[in-house]
Amino acid sequence: MSVVVDALGKQCPIPVVMAKKALAELQTPDTLEILVDNEAAVQNLSKLAASCQLPVRAEKTGEKRFSVTMEVSAPVRPAEETVCAPDARGDLVVAVGSNCMGNGEETLGKALMKGFLYAVSQLPALPKTILFYNSGAYLTCAGSDSLEDLKFMEAQGVEIRTCGTCLDFYKLKETLAVGSITNMYAIAETLAAAGKVIKP
Amino acid sequence: MGFDTSDDACVYRITDEIAAIHTVDFFTPIVDDPFWFGQIAAANALSDVYAMGGRPAVAMNLLCVPGCLSQETIRKILEGGHQKAVEAGCVIAGGHTIQDDEPKYGLCVTGYVHPDKALRNVGARPGDALVLTKPLGTGVLTTAAKADLLEPEQYDRLVRSMARLNAHAAEAVSQCPEIHACTDVTGFGLLGHADEMARGSGVTIRLYSRRLPLLPGALEFAEMGIIPAGAYRNLDYVKPRLTVAESVQQARVDLISDPQTSGGLLVALPMEDAGALLAALRERDPDSAIIGAVVAQTEHTLEIV
Repeated sequence: MSVVVDALGKQCPIPVVMAKKALAELQTPDTLEILVDNEAAVQNLSKLAASCQLPVRAEKTGEKRFSVTMEVSAPVRPAEETVCAPDARGDLVVAVGSNCMGNGEETLGKALMKGFLYAVSQLPALPKTILFYNSGAYLTCAGSDSLEDLKFMEAQGVEIRTCGTCLDFYKLKETLAVGSITNMYAIAETLAAAGKVIKP
Repeated sequence: MGFDTSDDACVYRITDEIAAIHTVDFFTPIVDDPFWFGQIAAANALSDVYAMGGRPAVAMNLLCVPGCLSQETIRKILEGGHQKAVEAGCVIAGGHTIQDDEPKYGLCVTGYVHPDKALRNVGARPGDALVLTKPLGTGVLTTAAKADLLEPEQYDRLVRSMARLNAHAAEAVSQCPEIHACTDVTGFGLLGHADEMARGSGVTIRLYSRRLPLLPGALEFAEMGIIPAGAYRNLDYVKPRLTVAESVQQARVDLISDPQTSGGLLVALPMEDAGALLAALRERDPDSAIIGAVVAQTEHTLEIV
């Protein structure tokens, strides 16, 4: 037996609300068919099915007539509340000691590092500080492929710190393009105080 | 200004020092409470002046009411509008009312700006940061509210966000040394307004889907499929110029497409200045965030990553 919900002539959000109610009332494995007359409702019902992890099928049955079918194999539990990670900086410190990520071919290492810093900029919780030392100093200076990502993070309060000795050694001091200069004492203190340290 | 790039309002130069900004907006009730509706409609209409870098000065009420609407309800709508106008330092000098089957309210607003300081919705440059000053999700949440699905706090955050003037955000923006482009996010959604900005500026805009400020509940309802039809229209319109990274959650694309009522300002400015702008914004608009970056033009005008 299948349950049919007639939502013809109903605009969003009504078809979704009717389908949700019908899903909650289903006691046994069953098929739920919802009839709607607009494309937006079809897409919205498919999303509802996806959020409840139900297989879904949609077909056009005529002019402004669609049928959306969901296969329900077990009673649908209400979706768990999505817990959002607080969008704040944690006590994470990233320590970048090279312009390459990992050991191996230099071209690959550089590409990996660019990808890594971009991925860090997209983490739900940004690091508190990113330290750059040794050839990592190249990444904060003019010509680096990661400047956009680093400036994006700096604008949101991430401390970008580059080792001064390293900038001097590689003759980069004039070209520092993001963040500020730090020293070994501050680097040691930052690492010691960190909750977590990532070293790519 | 010209008509080519869909600016937010008309700007008319009166003298070398003064240009007048004219704009009008009105719509049907978006929430049941008439006082909130009046405030939201007024904040929404005033917003176009702020988006152009101006200050509102004089406004006229536009009101459509069915015969059955009580005097008390009409008074509350107008009081809501009046309260926002006062807050904006703008005088409501009169207006016009007609009878109509469905109530509608809004304002016709005149504001002023120095002609050299008028902000445009184009001019974004590669290397710019994109800042958004209000959270997204008003279309999804007002749709959910129609079905009584919102928790009281969710509803409260929604109406307060829509009723908040963009005045403080505009003030913070005006303090920036350099603003390349500015608009307000309304019916075309973040997607549509960013698309206009990118196309008019000859650049590509990259939106960081995980950095979007969202109203409480917006993501959950979008996942559930409580999405207004306008969001699909916005997405269809921009689709030929859009690329979405595989890892992006569908619900976030839907919220980027979600039509906004009285949305925030969308500002393109040099990345170096974005931190200072955010700090200034967050006192009054705590949800402000850097939501994207401007890059050199690619084959797409918009990238969602």
